[in-house]
Amino acid sequence: MEKNSNKKVKIYSTPLCSYCMKVKLFLHKHNIDYDEYDVSKNIELAEEMIKISGQTGVPVLDIEGKIIIGYNKDEIKMALGL
Amino acid sequence: MVDLVIIGAGPAGITASVYAARKKMDFLVITRDIGGQAALSGDVENYTGYQFITGPELAEKFEEHMRKYKIKLKEDEEVINLEKINDEILIKTNQEDYKTKTVIIASGKRSKELGISGEKEFKNKGLTYCATCDAPLFAGKEVAVIGGGNSALDAVLQLLKIAKKIYLINNRLTLAGDLIMQEKIKQSEIVKIFNDAQIKEIFGDKMVNGIKIKKQNKEEILPVQGIFVEIGLIPNSEFIKYINKNKQGEIIVNCYNETNLPGIFAAGDVTNVPEKQIIIAAGEGAKAALGAFKYLARV
Repeated sequence: MEKNSNKKVKIYSTPLCSYCMKVKLFLHKHNIDYDEYDVSKNIELAEEMIKISGQTGVPVLDIEGKIIIGYNKDEIKMALGL
Repeated sequence: MVDLVIIGAGPAGITASVYAARKKMDFLVITRDIGGQAALSGDVENYTGYQFITGPELAEKFEEHMRKYKIKLKEDEEVINLEKINDEILIKTNQEDYKTKTVIIASGKRSKELGISGEKEFKNKGLTYCATCDAPLFAGKEVAVIGGGNSALDAVLQLLKIAKKIYLINNRLTLAGDLIMQEKIKQSEIVKIFNDAQIKEIFGDKMVNGIKIKKQNKEEILPVQGIFVEIGLIPNSEFIKYINKNKQGEIIVNCYNETNLPGIFAAGDVTNVPEKQIIIAAGEGAKAALGAFKYLARV
């Protein structure tokens, strides 16, 4: 299947967070590749997420510099040009 | 006008929708999100057929099952008002108006808020209502858990391996959660329990950096960077006014999931059903759908 976007997508998540799972399912559905950063395994990544998003809730998406907090479908679509 | 509207897509609403689809009813599901509280649960070890599954995984299986039936699903939509006028049930959401002959209210519960100064300002800036999601972000930090029931103790247990210091702020004289959890917590050197204590204020700069608590007329400041609010749940039943509810705001149903208003059924955590469990909510949803089906055959 052809990729829907070539943008680099990072997702900061924790293993048991349902909204993280929803974001990932959404990206799968739209055939978007992403790199997942499990902040529960790495304190530095957790600090990085808090720094770039200014808050402490997962998930956080970084779509080529555009930071999206939570499972916000409209913002994700806009950032990816879907 | 449709035959049935199901409000909510947690275990009760999803199970009701599976039953309604199999009865080939003309219905739609209106919901703010999918999975409800089940999707926010940690490990589930008491849903028959699954010896072990996580809440989000079980919720995903529920969703897959529901979507198998190509139902009319109105997602991200919130019901604002519901009333019955003669034989029609009118539903107003933040997006549209609907008319239906029957309804199943399966809108569940949501986390109770503290209602104190700083709560809104610091939400997700150190303050969270989902320990399962956000606990890992507080590695090496000092945190407070507010509450004394099972969900509060569960949050403490999740934080034991992560946080540097945990203050448990419980407003009752003793902890209410399961003894087995209490014992584990009391053995830990990093947990300090404040019984008969209230959180009064949250403060910080960009992020939380402390709370003020009050214990027997004495105030104390605790230097915490994280606050986990686990003081229980309240029913999402505000959108329907003229229906019998109990003191907690739960919709009163009989064993057929009927409310006092004919054609209006309710199921799961939003009702006064004893025990709020995933498997019970699912069973209640099935009963409500069959009840609505029989009701339509009668009228």
